[in-house]
Amino acid sequence: MADISKEQVKHVANLARLAITDEEVERMTKQLADIINYAELLNELDTDNVKPTTHVLDLKNVMRKDEPREWISKEDALKNAPDQKDGQFRVPSILE
Amino acid sequence: MSLFDYTLKELQEKLHNKEITVSDLVEASYNRINEVDDEIQAFLTLNEEEAKQQAKQLDEQLGSDASILYGVPIGIKDNIVTKGLRTTAASQILENLNDPLYDATVIEKLKDEKTVTIGKLNMDEFAMGSTNENSGFKKVRNPWNTDYVPGGSSGGSAAAVAAGEVFFSLGSDTGGSIRQPASFCGVVGLKPTYGLVSRFGLIAFASSLDQIGPITRTVEDNAHLLQAIVGHDKMDSTSANVEIPQYADAFKQDVKGLRIAVPKEYLAEGVDPEVKEAVLAALKQYEELGATWEEVSLPHSKYAVAAYYLLSSSEASANLARFDGVRYGVRTEKRVDMLDMFKQSRAEGFGDEVKRRIMLGTFALSSGYYDAYYKKAQKVRTLIKNDFEKIFEDYDVVIGPTSPTTAYKIGEKIDDPLTMYVDDILTIPVNLAGVPGISVPCGFSKEGLPIGLQIIGKHFDESTVYRVAYAFEQATDHHKKRPTLGGDK
Amino acid sequence: MSNFETVIGLEVHVELKTNSKIFSPAPNAFGSEPNSNVNPIDLGYPGVLPVLNEEAVNYAMKAAMAINCDIATDTKFDRKNYFYPDNPKAYQISQFDQPIGENGYIDIEVNGETKRIGITRLHLEEDAGKLTHNDDGYSLVDYNRQGTPLVEIVSEPDIRTPEEAYAYLEKLKNIIQYTGVSDCKMEEGSLRCDANISIRPIGQKEFGTKTELKNLNSFSFVQKGLEFEEKRQREVLLNGGEILQETRRYDEKTKETILMRVKEGSDDYRYFPEPDLVPLYIDDAWKERIRKEIPELPDARLARYVKDLDLPAYDAGVLTSTIEMSDFFEAAIAAGADPKQASNWLMGEVSAYMNKQQVEITDLKMTPEGLAKMIKLIEDGTISSKMAKKVFAELVENGGDPEKIVKEKGLVQISDEGQLRDIISGILDANEQSIIDYKNGKDKALGFLVGQTMKATKGQANPPMVNKIILEEIDKR
Repeated sequence: MADISKEQVKHVANLARLAITDEEVERMTKQLADIINYAELLNELDTDNVKPTTHVLDLKNVMRKDEPREWISKEDALKNAPDQKDGQFRVPSILE
Repeated sequence: MSLFDYTLKELQEKLHNKEITVSDLVEASYNRINEVDDEIQAFLTLNEEEAKQQAKQLDEQLGSDASILYGVPIGIKDNIVTKGLRTTAASQILENLNDPLYDATVIEKLKDEKTVTIGKLNMDEFAMGSTNENSGFKKVRNPWNTDYVPGGSSGGSAAAVAAGEVFFSLGSDTGGSIRQPASFCGVVGLKPTYGLVSRFGLIAFASSLDQIGPITRTVEDNAHLLQAIVGHDKMDSTSANVEIPQYADAFKQDVKGLRIAVPKEYLAEGVDPEVKEAVLAALKQYEELGATWEEVSLPHSKYAVAAYYLLSSSEASANLARFDGVRYGVRTEKRVDMLDMFKQSRAEGFGDEVKRRIMLGTFALSSGYYDAYYKKAQKVRTLIKNDFEKIFEDYDVVIGPTSPTTAYKIGEKIDDPLTMYVDDILTIPVNLAGVPGISVPCGFSKEGLPIGLQIIGKHFDESTVYRVAYAFEQATDHHKKRPTLGGDK
Repeated sequence: MSNFETVIGLEVHVELKTNSKIFSPAPNAFGSEPNSNVNPIDLGYPGVLPVLNEEAVNYAMKAAMAINCDIATDTKFDRKNYFYPDNPKAYQISQFDQPIGENGYIDIEVNGETKRIGITRLHLEEDAGKLTHNDDGYSLVDYNRQGTPLVEIVSEPDIRTPEEAYAYLEKLKNIIQYTGVSDCKMEEGSLRCDANISIRPIGQKEFGTKTELKNLNSFSFVQKGLEFEEKRQREVLLNGGEILQETRRYDEKTKETILMRVKEGSDDYRYFPEPDLVPLYIDDAWKERIRKEIPELPDARLARYVKDLDLPAYDAGVLTSTIEMSDFFEAAIAAGADPKQASNWLMGEVSAYMNKQQVEITDLKMTPEGLAKMIKLIEDGTISSKMAKKVFAELVENGGDPEKIVKEKGLVQISDEGQLRDIISGILDANEQSIIDYKNGKDKALGFLVGQTMKATKGQANPPMVNKIILEEIDKR
């Protein structure tokens, strides 16, 4: 049986950049453990000689020509920005 | 009788005979929305001013060469990007995305056909869910009984068609998100072969599984709408470059001699007796129409749900990482540094189910677990795909129920994500194998809730799927029943 | 103190100069207004999908082949997940376990010795945008650079000294520039370098704990940063301390490396295959087509200059050290210049001028044809080497036709024997004492007579002829 600890849940939340409350840690730990345990079902199968499927269709070498194309204006690029300054997207800095 | 009770062919005749105008159709749509959408909650954003103006223009420009979709009111699932029209994927984090800057390829194609976009349809947030209770804004109700869910994630798309708010709609299907709500709402919903319809402009949930598809009242109209949106797209590297048949040609052929496979796993324990009965009745109907059916096995189908949740959540954890409050969407109003800006914006913007899946996916991809979960699930996917390929060596289609049950009561499953996941067992294998599947109405429960029949075909063989669905539909009356809503009484 | 061995590995990022970006059709251009070369794909808008630029693959193959990598037949792209404002999808499309090139090497020259540095891999990925930190608590993001095709070239830990690191970078840059897939301009960021360095007691097999140096803005800063770090690590160890796995940056002012962060375990990038892109299958025909497009590389050119043009290895090395210099040299020869003369000029006067003026050879007004013509004028005696310096000064500064310059400046050499003999006779007549001195063994006297002749001809007399005629005329007396 797979075990998942509260510490792991906090670590995963940090990787996923999700702020998480203590109450959510409790709930998430249980729910993730349930799902992970259910997924252990897959271990019934011997898949040593099975190739993984990333793409269900067997496509290869899909490429485009190296041709630039105008699309949106600079104004449009910034149209939905939550915060902007001098034609750039503005974000709070990292606290060192 | 509503204008939307006609078929596309009938509507076009009336348009060309000047019996009706495009404006009438668009008017009918908004009138119906005003009448019933407080109950149904199918729409997140309306395009009324634009649509009415477009209708006027289309009325002036109607020519004899107009497409069969000319002027027909359509609803678009809110995870399909529409230039100049708010697109949120039913998430608070995109609540303010009033202009996503571009049109999805399917929207461009529909514009070519001159359909009229009525508005954006409610859904489970980022298409994660099967009840529509996970919408970040409001819960869609089942038009057959508003105490029940419409299914999901394309719940708004199915409910709007069932309630007659639009003539038809587009949904998206990652693990059953078109077929299951179609089943719950008594309409026709097709998930095309992976790669048949461009995903460019579909807000990604699980890239290797997502497909856009049509939801309609009849099989024939479904084929017409599919015809308009298929085709190779240079903007989507996973789009297939295959020859596109005329899907309407499928209706010229009957089903005599057709070989149907019925996986025993699809009628096993856990499938509601009423559902099982309706499916067996449908199989009997096919026998009468000259087809044969045999029981087969999809031996790996019991692993599909686990594999699906690992794969789809992993892909989703990356696909949804871009919602970080930097370039568009909602940023937390708290004064925070960069790291907390990410964390707070995402924590405030995403709902519980979305967070749960991001967490699961992040875990499954994280160092030390990748092989055990993600890669293992990819291998199981191969086995499930092989199961289908083997069956399709001997059979033309696979038939079973779309969902083990009829619609749930609102709130019935919300606290138990795992049980809800397991209910997707009949639709998920189809996405994992990448094959096409349709849900068509095949009866009603004692409570009066619709039951859906699922017909699954070979890769790119939508024609046979339609042929089989059409034969059943023409032999039965289930699709002609309409829900009674407030205003109808 | 010296019983430690240094182990260095370099990670070099090179931007490819395709016309459009790697996964979007936005123009790939440096120096535009912020956020003017972006589209919804570069901004990571909901619903967008990447489509691979074929030329980016071709360029990456070219670079990989030029550094002797094996080219993968089956390759693919993966998502590398991390959050940062300059990374719009919060994943970078990169290559994880099937890079386009592997097992390469380049040969470097240090202190006259050739050393082979292994290259672990070369993979293709997309560049990120640019984040500028302000001191008002905010940072600004420009996504113009987002999606520029990038190759990452990872060396084996074969480098043993900061000097070798410098030589490796020079050589790598030179080779990549020869292929034409990148400008490799560090000042524009089209070539960037991170360095890993550790030290270990000589004889120990295991590597020591390494630190990673970032923000290295020139090759010499790489070398200086590594020299500092080498010393710092040695002191830490000798004082009984422990090296921590750190990321450090080089401060150009203090000439020290400064701690940025201590790494806790390895970063968890959660790589997985990119579902939005299909795999690449690079068959032999494709590989051959690209291989044929690769021009002659510096080592091959160097060998050819030594063998066919009879140049000293050192000279050939200098001439091939940049593609611009080498191409200039080739063009001069093609225009008829004697290789040896052309080489001398390029390594001498031309290089001196470039150093003094801080310009590149491509900035010069002088063309290879101009240089060739000037060399021919020297060879056929039209001008002397001394005059040539005046011609060169004019040619390099303002360009033009050397013949014209010679005429305009009245620099034509007097090579008419009769005319010279008349002038020399007069000079000998006026300097009888010098003739006597010369005959008595004072060779200096000859120099004086030559000097007088050059003075009388304003330096235009053909010097070898002047020598010859003076001696003949003295003999006659």
